Amino acid sequence: MTVKIDLRRLWLRLTENIDSLLMSFILMLMLISLAVMFSASGQDFAKTSSQMANMSVALLLMWLVAKVPPQHLARFALPVYILGLLLLVGVALFGDVSHGARRWLNIGIRIQPSEMMKLAVPLMLAWYLDRREKTLNLKDFGVAVLMLVAPVGLIVRQPDLGTALLISAAGFYVLFLAGLSWRIILGLVGIGAASTPILWSLLHDYQRQRILTLIDPSQDPLGTGYHIIQSSIALGSGGIFGKGWLNGTQAHLDFLPERTTDFIFAVYAEEFGLAGNLILLALYVLVIGRGLVIAAKAPTLFSRLLAGSITLTFFTYAFVNMGMVSGILPVVGVPLPLISYGGTSMVTLLLGFGMLMSIQTHRKLVQS
Amino acid sequence: MKRPTELRNHQKELYYFRWRLGIAAAGAVLLFTLLVGRFFFLQVAQHDHFHTLAENNRISIIPVVPNRGLILDRNGIVLAHSYSAYTLEITPSKVKNLEATINGLAALVDIQPRDRKRFRKLLEESRNFESLPIRARLNDIEVARFTANRFRFSGVDIKARLFRHYPKGELASHAIGHIGRINDADLDQLEKSGDLANYRGTDHIGKLGIEQSYEKQLHGITGFEHVETDAGGRAIRTLSRRSPVSGNNLTLTIDSRLQEVAENVFAQYRGALVAIEPKSGEVLAFVSKPGFDPNLFIDGIDPVNWDALNNSPDKPLNNRALRGQYPPGSTFKPFMALAGLELGKRTPSYTISDPGFFTLPGSAHRYRDWKVGGHGSVDLHKSIVISCDTYYYGLANDLGPDNIFNFIGQFGFGKKTGIDIEGESTGLLPSREWKMKRYKQKWYAGDTISVGIGQGYNLATPLQLAFATAVLANNGTVIRPHLVRTILDAATNQVRTVPAAKPVATLALKPENLELVKNAMVAVTQPGGTAPRVGVGAPYLTAGKTGTAQVIAIKQGEKYVESRVAERHRDHALFIAYAPAEDPKIAFAILVENGGHGGSTAGPIARMVLDYFLLGKLPPPPVPPADEEEDEHD
Repeated sequence: MTVKIDLRRLWLRLTENIDSLLMSFILMLMLISLAVMFSASGQDFAKTSSQMANMSVALLLMWLVAKVPPQHLARFALPVYILGLLLLVGVALFGDVSHGARRWLNIGIRIQPSEMMKLAVPLMLAWYLDRREKTLNLKDFGVAVLMLVAPVGLIVRQPDLGTALLISAAGFYVLFLAGLSWRIILGLVGIGAASTPILWSLLHDYQRQRILTLIDPSQDPLGTGYHIIQSSIALGSGGIFGKGWLNGTQAHLDFLPERTTDFIFAVYAEEFGLAGNLILLALYVLVIGRGLVIAAKAPTLFSRLLAGSITLTFFTYAFVNMGMVSGILPVVGVPLPLISYGGTSMVTLLLGFGMLMSIQTHRKLVQS
Repeated sequence: MKRPTELRNHQKELYYFRWRLGIAAAGAVLLFTLLVGRFFFLQVAQHDHFHTLAENNRISIIPVVPNRGLILDRNGIVLAHSYSAYTLEITPSKVKNLEATINGLAALVDIQPRDRKRFRKLLEESRNFESLPIRARLNDIEVARFTANRFRFSGVDIKARLFRHYPKGELASHAIGHIGRINDADLDQLEKSGDLANYRGTDHIGKLGIEQSYEKQLHGITGFEHVETDAGGRAIRTLSRRSPVSGNNLTLTIDSRLQEVAENVFAQYRGALVAIEPKSGEVLAFVSKPGFDPNLFIDGIDPVNWDALNNSPDKPLNNRALRGQYPPGSTFKPFMALAGLELGKRTPSYTISDPGFFTLPGSAHRYRDWKVGGHGSVDLHKSIVISCDTYYYGLANDLGPDNIFNFIGQFGFGKKTGIDIEGESTGLLPSREWKMKRYKQKWYAGDTISVGIGQGYNLATPLQLAFATAVLANNGTVIRPHLVRTILDAATNQVRTVPAAKPVATLALKPENLELVKNAMVAVTQPGGTAPRVGVGAPYLTAGKTGTAQVIAIKQGEKYVESRVAERHRDHALFIAYAPAEDPKIAFAILVENGGHGGSTAGPIARMVLDYFLLGKLPPPPVPPADEEEDEHD
């Protein structure tokens, strides 16, 4: 009897900082990931279990972060941001080049500093705006914009458009939720639209090609159009209920590129059809909805902004990836969150969810 | 009073935050709805269309490889072309037992062990769905025999592929280069430059020479076909097609007949000859002997031929004209003489009395002239004609290393000439900075002395020597040497000239100084000069300069006796020249490895090349040269 009670207590103690709703949605997505991974990898147990290992590590880190109270998280904002910025400068100066991009820094092990900026930037902006809460004015927003532009600029130059996009989005969400005035937002949109021709001239040839290809993939069916054509065929041929698990022909005939990473959605959509897509979308909506509820209830400006930004960035991941695979957005390297193969993005995502859970479960303590 | 206000602010702020959050949520829902719409479009509305596309991969995209551009000589003689021939190809993924299939095929067509070896190598390198050739260049009988038995071999097909051929074999092989199969390094390169898509279906890429440096021009644009296939993957009909655009044809500056004469007159000698038209920078002949047959390299050279080429002591794969670095020896002297005149260190009448050696003030070391006892009294003209070393020892000392480096450097020594093929050596024109960097030593006066006669640290490629000679012949107008004359654009059918033919610089040289040096060079090829056999009896005037590059060092007080030195340790013979002297149409440099003196071995080669180029006279059939003693000297 006593043992039973102790086990119950231990369980409660272990899960006291876990948000059970969010956790269950995440686990469901992970189950889907493993199933699709098994199919996409050509029924490769090694690859599937390696993804499972990625998930376990990421879940452990999430659990650890969830235990850290938000006010302690805030203390990390400045040092982590500055470290990340220094590492990015290091990459620009001494980085390793691979596949034509300078993204990695070799300090005994190869690290990709842009990845840590995905969390460091919203942390930093939320912390800064929280500090200036009482007197928040236009100048503070200006400083915050600079804090966002510096790392994004360095990442665009690597070049890594996908990561730059996600970090810009994360930073923008913080500013937006902190109440950046509509006039400035519309102004920025206006400037952006006006400077499109200039941006176009700054893009690398391959980036331009990707955008042109989006408009008409049949222009270049052997080169950049190939991915889009093949993934559209995969999606479209899946129909309403899909071809069934392990029965996708596009994926298994080697026609799909990057089919365990950026294009895994095409494998999923081919095998599970429109119905599967709607289920996946529904799960994403639940995750995002839960995240927004946590943000809405959060007690401090810092935790509100952080929670809001993490949640909306997660949405951006999902939207950009599915948009790219289904051919309404240009091909940028953004994985399908919680589904695509890869340890790094899994860890970054779950660290973010750890922060969300921390904000949710420490709420009562702050209030009391 | 204070607390409620703050509280109200707090409430207001929270309210505002939630309002913003709501807007963001609405945006997210809107965008997700857009996705749902797209999914509906692809998976419901367009499902039938995509279903057809995916079904058994019914439609495949097949690249249509463009015809690689021709390489022609300046007179339109074909040096490289492609032809179509039948190959027997196997798609490994469609064949159950490869070994059995190949054995079955061997009963129908001739399949050698080396065909099998090559096939296995291709199999290791290949990507998934490619078909790989097991036999190339089938004859008609073999095609007919296989076609009759095709039903027995699924996954085996006859295809037409393009083959590169170099009809002239070894001729100008070091300039033309060759193509070879695309390897991983090439793929990386193509991916980096964004050309990978254009190389789908292409197996070969330029690896060396013109074939390499003009790869972009020669390759062309790959076309593609949408093909409907049956369950076995065999094409049934073509749905649409975009034709490939052939590669551009290159017309070289090389005159293949002159090239052939030049290669022949080298006979069994190793060496190089580079001939340039001074007024245009066009390379008329580009010889590096021995050469190699580029046809051997196209599909990967077989081990026997590779060993023969790679291990030969004659080093036929070594591009001596482009990459061989040799001390320029006395061919350096005309440029030194010009430096002395232009920089005011010598006048035409300045005369030395040559005792046969030179000593630096305060030193006992004797820098010996090649002629024991010396040449008597020597002025600038005579110093070139009889190639007096002592004169140039003194001149070098008076000029000093900086003047030599700066002035002679203008003629291209120590720098790449910028010729339009890759892999050029820079040679070496030594300077104080260079010595400090290379040896961590300061420059000594003695260093300057040996540099003055083209020895010491000096190194030049035959191409650099020819280039410097062309600049001199052209009175100081510098034009980059180039091998491609015009490009015929296959898409527009228009001929483009290569921009390299424009002068890049003009050296400020006084006409009277040029005149003096050039006259002396003409006298070199007349009786009394060091290379009379070049000029005697010729109806045109040739300006030239002999040179000898030491291969082994001779000790102080010792004399070099050719007959006592092993053949491979004999001096290299050098000769630079241009003709006709009054209106130069050709300028060239000749290097004969271990050929002894410049005048006696390189001179006759020069004469035969000039007689052909200027008079159209073919040289006599080659006779092995007798090892006679000659009084001509360096």
